[in-house]
Amino acid sequence: MNVKETISRICPSVSFEEGECLLVVVPETDWYPLAKQLKENPDLDFDVLSAVVGMDWKDSLGVVYYLTSTSHNWEMISVKVAVTDRENPMIHSVSDLWKVANFQEREVFDFYGIKFINHPDMRRMFLRNDWKGFPLRKDYDANPALNPIPVDDEKHEDETVKYVEDADGNVKEVRGKVFEENDYVVNIGPQHPSTHGVMRFRASLDGEVIKKVDVVSGYIHRGIEKLCESLGYPQILHFTDRMDYMSAHQNRHCLCMCIEKAMGIVVPERAQVIRTMMDELMRISSHLLSFGCTAMDLGATTAFFYGFREREMVLDIFEKTCGARMSMNYNVIGGVMADLHPDFVKDVKALIEIMPERLKEYHTVFTGNIIAQNRLKGVGMLSKEDAINYDITGPSGRGSNWSNDCRKKHPYAAYDRVEFDEVLETGCDSFARYMVRMREIEQSCRILAQLVDNIPEGDIRAQVPKVVKLPAGHWYAQVEASRGTFGVYIESDGSKNPYRVHFQSPCFNLIGVMDLTCTGHMIADLITIGAALDFVIPDIDR
Amino acid sequence: MFDFSIITNWFNNLLIGCMPEWAAVLIECVVIGVLVLLTYTVLALFYILYERKLCAWFQCRLGPMRVGPWGLLQVFADMFKILIKELISLKGTDKFLFKLAPYIIITSSVVMLACLPWGRGLQIIDYNIGIFFVLAVSSVGVLGILLAGWSSNNKYTLIGAMRSGAQMISYELSLGLALMSIIVLAGTMNINDLVWAQDKCWFIFQGHIPAIIAFIIYVIAATAETNRGPFDLPEAEHELTAGYHTEYSGIHFGFFYLAEYLNLFIVSGIASLMFLGGWMPLHIPGWDGFNAVMNWIPGIVWFLAKAFFISYVIIWFKWTFPRVRIDQLLAFEWKYMMPFALANLVLMAVCVAFGLTF
Repeated sequence: MNVKETISRICPSVSFEEGECLLVVVPETDWYPLAKQLKENPDLDFDVLSAVVGMDWKDSLGVVYYLTSTSHNWEMISVKVAVTDRENPMIHSVSDLWKVANFQEREVFDFYGIKFINHPDMRRMFLRNDWKGFPLRKDYDANPALNPIPVDDEKHEDETVKYVEDADGNVKEVRGKVFEENDYVVNIGPQHPSTHGVMRFRASLDGEVIKKVDVVSGYIHRGIEKLCESLGYPQILHFTDRMDYMSAHQNRHCLCMCIEKAMGIVVPERAQVIRTMMDELMRISSHLLSFGCTAMDLGATTAFFYGFREREMVLDIFEKTCGARMSMNYNVIGGVMADLHPDFVKDVKALIEIMPERLKEYHTVFTGNIIAQNRLKGVGMLSKEDAINYDITGPSGRGSNWSNDCRKKHPYAAYDRVEFDEVLETGCDSFARYMVRMREIEQSCRILAQLVDNIPEGDIRAQVPKVVKLPAGHWYAQVEASRGTFGVYIESDGSKNPYRVHFQSPCFNLIGVMDLTCTGHMIADLITIGAALDFVIPDIDR
Repeated sequence: MFDFSIITNWFNNLLIGCMPEWAAVLIECVVIGVLVLLTYTVLALFYILYERKLCAWFQCRLGPMRVGPWGLLQVFADMFKILIKELISLKGTDKFLFKLAPYIIITSSVVMLACLPWGRGLQIIDYNIGIFFVLAVSSVGVLGILLAGWSSNNKYTLIGAMRSGAQMISYELSLGLALMSIIVLAGTMNINDLVWAQDKCWFIFQGHIPAIIAFIIYVIAATAETNRGPFDLPEAEHELTAGYHTEYSGIHFGFFYLAEYLNLFIVSGIASLMFLGGWMPLHIPGWDGFNAVMNWIPGIVWFLAKAFFISYVIIWFKWTFPRVRIDQLLAFEWKYMMPFALANLVLMAVCVAFGLTF
């Protein structure tokens, strides 16, 4: 059955716009019933909410939702919901249908001031509670006098608010508390050895057992999406390396893909292969770091050094070709920045030759250890249904046996011509997530081995106009970053600056399951779960 | 073998010869006190370097290399830095207990150090319940940890202190039971007599199977007693930043740090005393020539070598294993270690009763 026909039969008030994927424009009043149908109707079955993009179209505020159906060949549609009231914009929340919307809608509220009706916890996500204005609105007043640098503690950090709709359609504000009166709340972060960055969790404890985890984010938020709106396309590329710095190549690849798609640029073969190889090297580096950090968070410091020893080889390869070990700035619109270093092939071969033996060593020193297994197995259970509902992609989702690899679902670059297996584990626990990463290193080596002798000759980048301008419209591109599906949404009004850029980062969804996975476990398990989910903070605080 | 009591007796007679007895005792006490504290510091510094170098080698690194040849002076620089650092006092702490806690810990470990037999006649405290006294003093240390955690007025330190309390009280049981097996074998608690009882052959060989089991239980329990990995939960840095001593600075932190390293030496020293003959050289009955050669090596070298070897094993644990979780830690003790230690005690008693020992 055609998706378009089904939707118009369910909800006659919608209109459609054709684009790279179907855009459904729906009035706010019909949005929630339609969303329910989109999720639950077996003909539609859009079970994954891939992205929630807040928008300000000047005359209206709204949200663009990207939905994916795992059962219908990973088909994607987008839904646009807009309201004209700028003073008190309200849209019905879909956080009860797709749990991932909980944090995503809080982000939209934070930046656009759109209140989501029936959302359980309508607090700001990144900014302080006392922040004045909504920064991503086009009429935002950035005068620093309005929001001076605060020198005192945040007030009312324990208070939350809900907008509840009663049977007559009246919306009422209901205030509440995040924690109960007598909860023993322990603050973990923002400065803590194993939150992997400036991340803060507030955990209420019963003895050592966690009752609830509240995620407080935004300590290193740089407002990248806002910055992008005032810069040209080649300039915004640099931000992507600084989000998930362990997926620098993949993130930048994604943004380049999105821009190339919009401009209709054909990337030369050589550049495609180089990009694929760089992505896989980056994935190896990231998973080695993750292995090391998981081991270290569990107290096995030596394993950490073993992981870093091999990661060093990958970084050396990057350094020779890209000129940097972190923030490589390698992909550019139309191809890559520089040609491969003469040692590249030799170094990659050395790496893939040494890895199987080193992986065996890791398994001996850490994976096989009975303490490590006891610490990881059965900790942080995340069922497949929850993984889909919370849109936990990447190794963490595949540890819950959810096949979600973008490289397989929508092949890009050179992934359609290489053989590799999508690694799946059925454990649904931290050990499964850990094992997926370890096995993905083998698969990445396999991809590299197929490509390393077959790098085609030719240009490393396509001819691109001096001034990059995108036609009016909007595009969405996805890649498989080290930690899951990374998406880029670009809306252009035809000028040389983007009208709106949204980065859909996998780690943002990962912190959304911290409460679900940690509750009932011990405080030491919070660290284990965080390590196995493997979030990178700059990717959350974009 | 050289008897060190010749020197101590000569020194005692010298003092008594020129002053009243009380003055002589006073001077001896002061001299011994200074010597103990000096030994304590030097050993602690050695242990810090020892662990840093060992862990570096486990981790494909070199360890400290810059200060002095092979980084030998690094620990002195570190200690000097700790000495000159500010003692930060915090709002909302129980000031008296906060300052008292490090002293309790350091006192208990200095007293334990004083009980160890370093060589023939080279021992400070020696009386009939020696090993029992050592165990009793070691329990005082946990009081310091509890006080430190509680008085800091911090949730992390409190959790660290509670973990430490639960852990130390639990593991003291199997530690005591393991040592008790050896006491059953030796029939004495006097430290000097314990060493002499191993003149022919060390207890670990005398007591064969039950002694080896007791040794393994002891090493595991001792690792837990000293809060070292994989049992370093009280200060689990990845969960509780630094556990019970999170809020300490300067030399107060230094006391915790020194005591931790010295406790490592002390438990290794006790292991060497109870299982590997203390300062007694390796004697094999019947091999008189071999035994005579072994006797040429001074007792203090034997004692230190055995202690450093056991410390090496415990350090090896720490840099290999991940950390256990508190429920796993307690379950391991109460479900496996303690029943095993009890059964082992019975086995040892049976062996001794039927004369099945060497």
